[in-house]
Amino acid sequence: MTQLPAKTERKLGLVIDLDTCVGCHACVISCKGWNTENYGAPLSDQDPYGANPRGTFLNRVHSYECTPADGAAQLIHFPKSCLHCEDAPCVTVCPTGASYKRVEDGIVLVNESDCIGCGLCAWSCPYGARELDRAEGVMKKCTLCIDRIYNENLPEEDRIPACVRTCPAGARHFGDFADPESNVSKLVAERGGMDLMPEQGTRPVNKYLPPRPKDRIDSDAAPALKPVAEEASGFFAWLDKALEKL
Amino acid sequence: MHPAPSVIIFTTFSGLGFGLLTFLGLGLPEVTGMTAFLLFAVAYLFAVGGLIASTFHLGHPERALKAFTQWRTSWLSREGWASVIALALMALYGAGLVFLGQRWVLLGYAGALMSLLTVFTTSMIYTQLKTIPRWHTALTPVRFLSFALAGGALLAGQVKTAILLLLVAGVVQVAHWMRGDGALAASGTTLASATGLGRIGDVRAFEPPHTGSNYLLEEFVHVVGRRHSQKLRVISILLMVAVPVALLMLPFNHLIAALAVLSHVLGVLVARWLFFAEAEHVVGLYYGKRHA
Repeated sequence: MTQLPAKTERKLGLVIDLDTCVGCHACVISCKGWNTENYGAPLSDQDPYGANPRGTFLNRVHSYECTPADGAAQLIHFPKSCLHCEDAPCVTVCPTGASYKRVEDGIVLVNESDCIGCGLCAWSCPYGARELDRAEGVMKKCTLCIDRIYNENLPEEDRIPACVRTCPAGARHFGDFADPESNVSKLVAERGGMDLMPEQGTRPVNKYLPPRPKDRIDSDAAPALKPVAEEASGFFAWLDKALEKL
Repeated sequence: MHPAPSVIIFTTFSGLGFGLLTFLGLGLPEVTGMTAFLLFAVAYLFAVGGLIASTFHLGHPERALKAFTQWRTSWLSREGWASVIALALMALYGAGLVFLGQRWVLLGYAGALMSLLTVFTTSMIYTQLKTIPRWHTALTPVRFLSFALAGGALLAGQVKTAILLLLVAGVVQVAHWMRGDGALAASGTTLASATGLGRIGDVRAFEPPHTGSNYLLEEFVHVVGRRHSQKLRVISILLMVAVPVALLMLPFNHLIAALAVLSHVLGVLVARWLFFAEAEHVVGLYYGKRHA
């Protein structure tokens, strides 16, 4: 049913720390690896070894350059996947009910056997979080690794999304935003976690932690040393004069 | 947005078909027998042909019936219902005209209303999308309805009404373009709001996540050259409005009417191509492809 639940019991999601992310793309690869062989259709590639390789990914890392008015440019790596929005437009536009938001944990999922591949949910998503799989003709999106987080066959430390488990920098955190005492709620409170495109009114669950302010060296650069040899002499002085005469 | 031929053909011809059905439902012109059969055949060919074309862009057309289930929230689902109801009512009404020589007036009015409602639901599929500021305006349904009515009047041979409605459609289209050109900038969505990094300083897309293309770039990031689009706008208005109106001013004969229809349909196809090709989806911001 594509009506959004009025309230979900839990609000599972991710915190992504833009200060810590080093842009290694490990989360992209672990996401593709896990999700191509677990929930739903595999994440296909088209022409993977040819001239125009492309494929379906649920998580991608952009890099942006930010230039403050009075400082040096900064490079910020920016991982982006489904934000599991509370007012998810991708759910309500779905004509078949394939796209839905779970009442128990707020995860936005696609029931692939009901998906007709019309693409309208991807049209309605401002974040580009949904990609239509070219081989399977159904919509793919982040499942928050629903087949890991509740999977009792996995060791407990692995019951988190693949991207979080693999991140070598610790830039990704998984938890329940409905619980003010959870790790993610505390991080958001401490670091000023922010929404992407708040003006779109989607109320994303996933939050981004802004980069911490950079250190600034306030004094002027160290004064330059005085040149020790003003006048050239010897061979170079002769060369200099000779060249000038030419 | 990627201007997919299936969607351009669908919206153009189903709009014309349901426009013609609206006029037939209103008894404009009052026809029975063979003439009615021919007019209804054209209307159904366009409306149903358009709907069938729309299934070509689906990943799984065999599951299309499931699209009738979510009418509570989904405009696409509502469009399915409205079109089926309109086509069923008009089929019954048409059967009375063609086979019994009977005009069931109220049934015709109901069919006309549902035909217009179908065009409205189609337009709302696009209008509802906040992600495409160019479409997210009340002018979008006005545009779809005015096109359908103008084309319907033209196909129904309502010369005076058609001239008036064609001119109205032209004005609405120009207004839609003028508003649309500033829509992304006015929406307030920028690379700064998309990344939340605007608080640090100017944001520039430095390195994309992948060197090749992907679904998002192919579907949402279609960039049309500005000079190109200005030319196509002029061509579409000429073909869609100016030529048909000029032809309709001439003494009526069927060849001239057919030319007017042909010109109009070509013009609407160009306008519809622009409707998609010029639409800027905000996801393009993440890829540094939009300059609001």
